[in-house]
Amino acid sequence: MRKSANIGLRLAPWLVFVLLLTVWEMAVRIWSLPLWILPAPSRVLQTAISSFHLLLDHTMVTLGEAMLGFTCSVVLAFLLVFFFNLLPCLRQALYPLLVISQTIPLITLAVLFTIWFGWGLLPKVLVVILVCFFPIAISLIRGIDGVDPEMIDLFRSMGASRLKIWTMVQFPLALPSFFAGLRISATYSIMAAVIGEWMGAQQGLGFYMTLLQKNFAVDGVLAAVLIICLLSLLLVKLVELAEYLLVPWQRTNTIHY
Amino acid sequence: MELEIQDISKSLDRIYTLDKVSIQVKDQEFVAVLGPSGCGKSTLLNIVSGLIPPDQGRILIGGEDWTGRTGRVSYMQQNDLLLPSRNILDNVIVPLLLKGIKKNRARDVAHSFFADFGLEGFEGYYPDQLSGGMRQRAALLRTYLFASDILLLDEPFVSLDAITRRKMQLWLRDIRINYPSSVLFVTHDIDEALILADRVYVFSARPARVIYQLDVTAIRGDEHSYNSAKLEILNKLM
Repeated sequence: MRKSANIGLRLAPWLVFVLLLTVWEMAVRIWSLPLWILPAPSRVLQTAISSFHLLLDHTMVTLGEAMLGFTCSVVLAFLLVFFFNLLPCLRQALYPLLVISQTIPLITLAVLFTIWFGWGLLPKVLVVILVCFFPIAISLIRGIDGVDPEMIDLFRSMGASRLKIWTMVQFPLALPSFFAGLRISATYSIMAAVIGEWMGAQQGLGFYMTLLQKNFAVDGVLAAVLIICLLSLLLVKLVELAEYLLVPWQRTNTIHY
Repeated sequence: MELEIQDISKSLDRIYTLDKVSIQVKDQEFVAVLGPSGCGKSTLLNIVSGLIPPDQGRILIGGEDWTGRTGRVSYMQQNDLLLPSRNILDNVIVPLLLKGIKKNRARDVAHSFFADFGLEGFEGYYPDQLSGGMRQRAALLRTYLFASDILLLDEPFVSLDAITRRKMQLWLRDIRINYPSSVLFVTHDIDEALILADRVYVFSARPARVIYQLDVTAIRGDEHSYNSAKLEILNKLM
C-alpha cells in the first residue's frame, strides 16, 4: 500500500509533464497556430533531431565554456576560503563586496565583458564564473563556519596542527554544505554560458539561438532550450553522484542500539 | 599519573569564575568535581587541558608544569564530538593518527579495545547511525586512546536519557577495574559522583571555590553514611 503510494508520487511530476505537453500539442493543432509563433512539441523534437549535428557542435562549445567557468569557480572559491582562513581581516574587507557583486545585473556585465574582452572565450567564462562562484564560495564558507567550535577545541586539545584540523575536521564537515552550493551553480552554469554567448559570439547555443530567433525559427530556439534543460539536469546529476561518492556518511540514517 | 591543580584563578569576560581552586588527583584515582551548573567546572577542565591559560596558579602533571600547554591529558566533553564524516573505528583512531601512528597499525590497536567498550561489530558504522550511549562509549575510547593515564571527563553522560545514563555509569565503574587511569570527572549529579568517584570535591557557585571534600572509598557499601554524605553535599550545594 505504502509502496504503491510512493511510486504514485514519483510518477506524479512525469504525468503532469506529459499532460502539459499534450495540452500544448492539442492547442497548437486545434487553433492551427503558425510555426513562427508556437510550434507543437512534436515539431520541436523533429527539429532537434533533424538539426542534431549543428546543435551538437554548438552544444559542445557552450558545455566547454560552462565547465571551464564552473571549474574556475570551484578553484577560486577554495582559494578565497583559504585566504579568508589565513587572514580573517581579509574576510571582513571582502565579504560585503562579494555580496554586493551579486546585485549587479548580469546582462549589463555580459555586455560590458564583450566590449572589453571581445567575442572570444574569455567573456563567456567570466559570466559563468560570476554566476557560479558566489553560491559555491558562500556555501563553502557557511559549511566551515558551521563546524562546532568544540570539535575544533577537542582537536586542539589533542595537539592537532591547523593543517590537520583543516583536513580532518573543517573540510570534510563543510562538504555537505559545499555540495548544496555546487548543485545550484551546476544548474546555472549552462544558462550563464548561453547569456554570455547571447551578447556576442561566433559559436555556441546562445549564438545559435540569436540566429534562429532573428529568422523566427521558434522550433529551433525551443530545440536549443530543450538541450539547455537536459544539459543542466545532467550536470546536477553529476554533482549529486559526486556527492554520493564523497559524502558517504549522509547516505543512510538507521539507528542501531 | 598524578595531577595537581594548584591555586587556579580565572576570570572570563570580566566574570570571576574560579577562585584559587586546588585539587589533587592521585595515581589511578577517580576524582569527581561536583558543583552547581555554570559554576566554572568546565572552565577548570579547559585550563587543565591547556586550552585556556589560568590567570593564576599552576597545573602539575607527574610533577611537571603543564600550565597553558595542550596535548598531555585527554579530554572528553559533554557532547561526543565524533566526526560525522568518519565511521566509528576511524573516529577513535584519530588521536593515534595525530601522534603519527600509521592508519593500519592504529586500527589494530583501537580494535583490540572494541569488545571492552561495547563497540564490537559497529566498526564500520557512522556516528549518526548509533545510539547516544554507544557514541559516548566511542568518544570515551577515543579519549582513552589519546592519553590513558589522565582523563578529564566533562559531564560525559549528561545528554543521555536516565536509563542509558545509569547503564553507562555502571559500565564505567566496572571497566575501571581493567583500565585504572587517573580521572578528573566533572558533574552536577550527586549520585553519579558518589557511584563513580573515590573522592569528591564540592564547588560553590561562581566564583567557584572548593567548599567540601569527601573520601567516598571510606563510606562505600555503608548505606547510612552514604545517605548522610549525600545530604551533607546537598546542603553545601543549596
